[in-house]
Amino acid sequence: MTVVLNQSFTGISIGAVLLLIALGLTLTFGQMGVINMAHGEFIMAGAYTTYVLQQSVSSAGVSLLVALPLAFLVAGTMGALLEWLLIRRLYTRPLDTLLVTWGVSLMLQQLARDVFGAPNVQTTAPDVLTGHIGVGGGITLANNRLFILGLALLCVLALTLILRLTPLGRRIRAVVQNRDLAEVSGIATGRVDRTTFFIGSGLAGVAGVALTLVGPIGPTMGTNYIVDAFLVVVVGGIAQLKGSVITAFALGVLQSVLEYSTTVSVAKVVVLVAIVVFLQWRPQGLYTLRTRSLA
Amino acid sequence: MTTTTTPATPTATQASPLERFRVPGAFLLGAVLLLGVAPLALSDFRLNLLAKYLCYAIVAVGVSLAWGRGGLLVLGQGVFFGLGGYAMAMHLKLADAAATGQTLPDFMQLYGTGDALPWWWRPFANPAFALAMTVLLPMTVAALLGFFVFRRRVKGAYFAILSQALAAAFAIWLVGQQATTGGTNGLTDIQGFFGYDLDDPVNQRMVYLVIAAALLLLMAAARQLFVSRYGELLVAARDSEERVRFLGYNPANVKLVAYVVAAGMAGLAGALFVPAVGIISPALIGIVPSIGFVIGAAVGGRASLVGAVLGAIAVAWTQSTLSDAYPAAWTYLQGLLFVLAVGFLPGGLASLTTVLRRGRRTPAPTTGGTA
Repeated sequence: MTVVLNQSFTGISIGAVLLLIALGLTLTFGQMGVINMAHGEFIMAGAYTTYVLQQSVSSAGVSLLVALPLAFLVAGTMGALLEWLLIRRLYTRPLDTLLVTWGVSLMLQQLARDVFGAPNVQTTAPDVLTGHIGVGGGITLANNRLFILGLALLCVLALTLILRLTPLGRRIRAVVQNRDLAEVSGIATGRVDRTTFFIGSGLAGVAGVALTLVGPIGPTMGTNYIVDAFLVVVVGGIAQLKGSVITAFALGVLQSVLEYSTTVSVAKVVVLVAIVVFLQWRPQGLYTLRTRSLA
Repeated sequence: MTTTTTPATPTATQASPLERFRVPGAFLLGAVLLLGVAPLALSDFRLNLLAKYLCYAIVAVGVSLAWGRGGLLVLGQGVFFGLGGYAMAMHLKLADAAATGQTLPDFMQLYGTGDALPWWWRPFANPAFALAMTVLLPMTVAALLGFFVFRRRVKGAYFAILSQALAAAFAIWLVGQQATTGGTNGLTDIQGFFGYDLDDPVNQRMVYLVIAAALLLLMAAARQLFVSRYGELLVAARDSEERVRFLGYNPANVKLVAYVVAAGMAGLAGALFVPAVGIISPALIGIVPSIGFVIGAAVGGRASLVGAVLGAIAVAWTQSTLSDAYPAAWTYLQGLLFVLAVGFLPGGLASLTTVLRRGRRTPAPTTGGTA
């Protein structure tokens, strides 16, 4: 029982990381149908921001707190630039965005290699986040994992509030549901797209900061997560935050329980098969917007 | 390749009287260059490199079919390339071991359980079985995934991501099975090819000729497929799936055939890659190489068979010349090539002449899955 609970917590913390990464993708993939392969490199940008910051700010706690908004800005700006330079030309060809952004991601990885060197670097976590809490019965919760879980939930809450309550959120939802109608209603869809991309990419940066707490920072760190994160969005259904939330935790727990009972590699294969089977039942994902389109 | 060609598809150039002779003519020219000129003009080393590029070109034939014509962005071709490659390499390793009187391949004696061959390795000792598996194994996997994905009308982008996830999962699985698949190293140091010593340059030339002939045959077959009724149906399913359905066809089956055939071609390419290069490993078939298989076709021109094949060869050639001397520069160039080709010249280099002549961009070959 202890093992199962500990394993489930590991799963939930894997899920929290996935959720943080998938949140941004839900926005960019969900709203615009843009498959942004450079999302992984925005994660990397967030992580390196933390690293650079720690070179100048000696207190790990302070640097982490400063890194969160800063990484959001850095990654968000990169995303908005990418949208402005390339992606806005490709809205009619969604699959091509995947290939173009893959090219961008190759270049960004090499840039990181040239600037920071190929070997992985490490940041120091604040003391508060290094220990773990025992909740009795041999179950322990690692502080850094709890922090990531809290951060992920906070981001979900903030994003939900923005989408539900602000004028910007209303415009974003309008563009998602019917781009043409939004356009003729006087919404500057181009600007909404860029803002959405800024927020989505910024969230990748925040995820990058969180990842510095659990692993090394390196040029290829984004690639390790990007496929899993896309699967979360596919299963969760586009344009729905709750789909991503449920899926991220479900996949995280499934993965971690399978890893315990079999091996990491078998678990990956089983999770993929489970996803394909799931799509037989709900081809459009867990939650999806109802539209009148035939497809 | 027959001498008469049926009327071209709407996406191909319009058939003129000249066209009837141009296609077989170009094909003959290619055959003379690949089978006659190249083996005479190139050194053993360069011919071996060309053999490797031609393997990538064979994958590109399938990519041109599934992606260029069918609009299916196949990002997991590495899986099929790998299945074909491993099936071939398993047989060759067993044959090598048998030639030296061993029952186990060398890496299994080092890392494996050491006593018996795993049950799923045993049938691969039979050359006919192994050869059949190089094509049938990838086709079966593609048929399974394709059946479930297309049947439920899973969208274009979803399909691309699922096929990519399959490549990732397969590569991770291979790495995890150190004892039976050679893990990260893969299957290396292959000595013989059906009784011929691969170290002998004469036999390497033979391997090259087999690969070149396979490429030519598959291009001819793909060309016939493109101009056939099925080829038209595939383009129709890409451009307007609903209308094809209303006309009484099942677009799922149309797409499935393209995906499965492309997988078979990638499997054959992987099988031929093994004797040419002497190694197959997870690093050659993961996510990055899987997308790499698409790059050549995108740069050359996904909708044009010849464009895709030449693009694959050109990109592979540029990569091996540049990446040794300037690895960093190559990565930037590769990324830039991708951005420019896909973003600004969606028809690839094959459409460059048309674009320049008309002074404007040709209609983008749709990648499908827009719905």
